[in-house]
Amino acid sequence: MIPLSWFLLVAAALFCIGLYGVLSRRNAVGILMSIELMLNAVNLNLVAFWRYRAPLDSLGQAFVLFVLVVAAAEAAVGLALVIAVYRSRETIVMEDIDLMKW
Amino acid sequence: MLQAIFIVLSVITLGGAVAVVTNKNVFHSALFLVVVLVGVAGLYLLLEAPFIAMVQVLIYVGAISTLIIFAIMLTRRLMNTHQRQRNEQWLLSATVCLGLLLVLVVLITQAHWPVVQANVSEGSLPRLGQDLMERYVLPLEVAAVLLLAALIGAIVIARERMP
Repeated sequence: MIPLSWFLLVAAALFCIGLYGVLSRRNAVGILMSIELMLNAVNLNLVAFWRYRAPLDSLGQAFVLFVLVVAAAEAAVGLALVIAVYRSRETIVMEDIDLMKW
Repeated sequence: MLQAIFIVLSVITLGGAVAVVTNKNVFHSALFLVVVLVGVAGLYLLLEAPFIAMVQVLIYVGAISTLIIFAIMLTRRLMNTHQRQRNEQWLLSATVCLGLLLVLVVLITQAHWPVVQANVSEGSLPRLGQDLMERYVLPLEVAAVLLLAALIGAIVIARERMP
């Protein structure tokens, strides 16, 4: 049987890679993709803990489903925002979208 | 045997993830994202959660990656590969992320993880369905309302302004 810590290590690495993408990407769609990576890392953690710690309770799987729903909503609204910004400002480089910065 | 499958899947997933965040071409990043999502679905299968794996393939690989590729193609003209894809703080970000990874790896390898042995190959999916309809019926409805609100919001935000 695979040790629980292996899954946790993979999820931690995936989360850190996604965090790097969020912090360093200039393209807004690239940032959204990195956020999806981070959400996947969290889901992987949830499923791993469900399988190894509480396999007879379905709370872990139910939680993963709700995270998936929120991720889908986030992707839809985020990409709609990207397209709206692109239409009005002709750019999706995050440094140029600074209207609300002071 | 399972360990070997796990290692292969993890290498594919993490390699794809690195390609997603470092690739100069955003479209290629999106294709690597599909690889990562399929790899994570494989890890779910290894964790004996076939329903979650199937939902992952349906929603992430089927819907979200299509949406992302759509958005890339609609905004493609300005983000060609000649432009810089990293901002000025990428070195600092890489340091912070490597530090966080180091802390997490040390924590995970040092800690003791007690494991509950159980056979979940049968009966886990019917129980999940029943719980979604009984114990978690309110969160389920809230999730449905959230999806509806997000759908309407996305349409309203992305719609062309009327002249």
